[in-house]
Amino acid sequence: MLKIEGLTAEVEGKQILKGIDLEVPVGEVHAIMGPNGSGKSTLSYVLSGREGYEITGGSVTFAGQDLLALEPEERAASGLFLAFQYPVELPGVGNALFLRTALNAVRKARGEPELDAMQFLKVARERLKALQIGEDMLKRGVNVGFSGGEKKRNEVLQMALLQPKLAILDETDSGLDIDALKIVSDGVNALRGPGFSALVITHYQRLLDYIVPDRVHVLMGGRIVQSGGPELAKQLEAEGYASVQAAA
Amino acid sequence: MPAVTETIDTVQSVTEGTYKWGFETEIEMEFAPKGLNEDIVRFISKKKNEPQWLLDWRLKAFAIWQKMEEPRWPAVTYPPIDYQDAYYYAAPANKVKPKSLDEVDPELLRTYAKLGIPLKEQAILAGVEGAGDVPAEGGRMPIAVDAVFDSVSVATSYKERLGKEGIIFCAISEAVEKYPDLVRQYLGTVVPQGDNFYAALNSAVFTDGSFVYIPKGVRCPMELSTYFRINAKSTGQFERTLIIADEGSTVSYLEGCTAPMRDENQLHAAVVELVALDDARIKYSTVQNWYPGDAEGKGGIYNFVTKRAQCRGKRSKVSWTQVETGSAITWKYPSCVLLGDDSVGEFYSVAITNNRQQADTGTKMIHVGKRTTSTIVSKGISAGRGQNTYRGLVRVAPTASNARNFTQCDSLLIGDQCGAHTVPYIENRCMTAKTEHEATTSRIAEDQLFYCRQRGLSEEDAVGLIVNGFCREVLKELPMEFAVEAQKLLQISLEGSVG
Ligand SMILES: Nc1ncnc2c1ncn2[C@@H]1O[C@H](COP(=O)(O)OP(=O)(O)O)[C@@H](O)[C@H]1O
Ligand SMILES: [Mg+2]
Repeated sequence: MLKIEGLTAEVEGKQILKGIDLEVPVGEVHAIMGPNGSGKSTLSYVLSGREGYEITGGSVTFAGQDLLALEPEERAASGLFLAFQYPVELPGVGNALFLRTALNAVRKARGEPELDAMQFLKVARERLKALQIGEDMLKRGVNVGFSGGEKKRNEVLQMALLQPKLAILDETDSGLDIDALKIVSDGVNALRGPGFSALVITHYQRLLDYIVPDRVHVLMGGRIVQSGGPELAKQLEAEGYASVQAAA
Repeated sequence: MPAVTETIDTVQSVTEGTYKWGFETEIEMEFAPKGLNEDIVRFISKKKNEPQWLLDWRLKAFAIWQKMEEPRWPAVTYPPIDYQDAYYYAAPANKVKPKSLDEVDPELLRTYAKLGIPLKEQAILAGVEGAGDVPAEGGRMPIAVDAVFDSVSVATSYKERLGKEGIIFCAISEAVEKYPDLVRQYLGTVVPQGDNFYAALNSAVFTDGSFVYIPKGVRCPMELSTYFRINAKSTGQFERTLIIADEGSTVSYLEGCTAPMRDENQLHAAVVELVALDDARIKYSTVQNWYPGDAEGKGGIYNFVTKRAQCRGKRSKVSWTQVETGSAITWKYPSCVLLGDDSVGEFYSVAITNNRQQADTGTKMIHVGKRTTSTIVSKGISAGRGQNTYRGLVRVAPTASNARNFTQCDSLLIGDQCGAHTVPYIENRCMTAKTEHEATTSRIAEDQLFYCRQRGLSEEDAVGLIVNGFCREVLKELPMEFAVEAQKLLQISLEGSVG
């Protein structure tokens, strides 16, 4: 599904990603862990095409396409979704309108018919229920005045609606209490299957108890320094990143 | 390259709109000779078969205008206007009212079609007799249209239906003929001839516009609408609109404007007067889309407009809503004089300036009556090298005990070569009155655009969505059909995504 080879990137002239190799096969969920400032969010932005993140080398293939050649909206249309570490507020833009516009943009790109307001509401209600989100969240401005937990749940709601091929979740667990963490994890697990892959970025092993990854990678200083199975996350939790650093 | 700079470049490249409504109709025109003098004023008055009192009124205005100076205080710059180098009267040559569609100039009908005037029946628009009796489609609230094609109101629709309620909705020149007492009683009582330079000019040479009278207790059953359009080269358009809402009546009036693309600048100096008596309500909505000039600032309309309402009656209410996307220069301050106790004035405004457009717009709320309240919500959007100024005055007279005003001015900047300015004046001479003012300035942030694009929206759609969100409080004041149109217009005027 996703294949990253020798990827290097810089921000404002400073090299952040120093050669990343990573492959996420179709249907697999991989976790990326690493200390603050190691380049996890940078990787997610580079993959989703944010401006200001300059790629200086390497390649990324996604669903058979050269991902780096696509505009951000084209990447979204071809099935890449990023759950933001810090979801952005859009004052005055109704959440329902935003979600429907996004869903229809993606549906249009896939050659599927667009949904009208009524059809959308029907689909949205089902997802809201599954994620235990109140319907009033649809009426509010996008992320405006949302609590940290609400923002993260709104990201997962969008993911559930857009049904991406690859979801990158950037610290979606941080700031969530245990109940919310379960709800969010259920949302991700519900999508798991042969057509869905995920890259779960997290600090904490805790999330990985609910979303059990196929592989765990440790990102430090802009490189993946170690990869392993779910047990690697447990080891990190117990011994800290210093142990990995020593080993690397 | 830093993220922010690149975003600005990209936004700039999508903000150079082209004008979708720039076409010109070739129909025979009847002109008065170029220039402005007493004879031209007499010519106009004679062409319109006006009574002596109105000619005298015009001549007085002309005399005042000659002694006046063009205002220089607005934050706009433009080369000097040669008032002698323009035509002050242009009318389609065929002025006999058509009896059927066949008699209407097909060019004119095509113009209306291109304008996209919300009219299903071309016959109604063209003023064909009896056409106004056609029922509205799909049970929707019908819209009565009074189209001003350059200076002459060509057609008035739904007149008969309105007539049954005793509502008068016609061209002001027709009102002068048929209801001279009403016109004489109210004309110039809200905006006197000598009010300002452009109002004086308008008073001398106004050629057409709409007249509305809603009788006591009548709730106007449909939205009344005027579509203005400037067509002929080098003609100024000086329409004059007068709306009177008698006691306990209600009316909603829509005004839309477009103009063909031209290299030279054209002057538009309109006057709108509203009078609300006891318990009357007037809602006046404008979507202004005059040609803004090209990306270099060539051509475009100079829009110097005086709009004012008098809430004369107790508990009367006037609400101005405007979406200003066009014109090279906009100079416009729809105002409310709140005379009646407990009367209410509202001003909701969206003004966009892109490329080289300049807008100096805002409102005046003059509180005289007791417990009068006013609300001002202004949203200014600047892109390209556009300059946007909010200029507002809230004046509370000593008589206006317990008056209240709330003002909110928000500016949104797109790019770093545009400007937004807020000039609020508050003159409160009443101890018990309260005024509040809030102002913000923001930019479309790179992270907002990226967030939208990550969800599959194109950059243009993202800008449109964010701008519409920014304007939401104003757009929701517009009548439903107009709001949809306004939203599209906002997006088009910012993005250059034509058609
Ligand atoms: N826009 C930016 N401008 C300058 N430096 C940045 C920017 N974004 C990230 N960085 C730097 O890149 C490094 C990696 O940041 P980030 O990818 O956010 O790490 P993580 O998500 O792993 O905490 C940090 O040193 C951070 O300071
Ligand atoms: Mg991060």
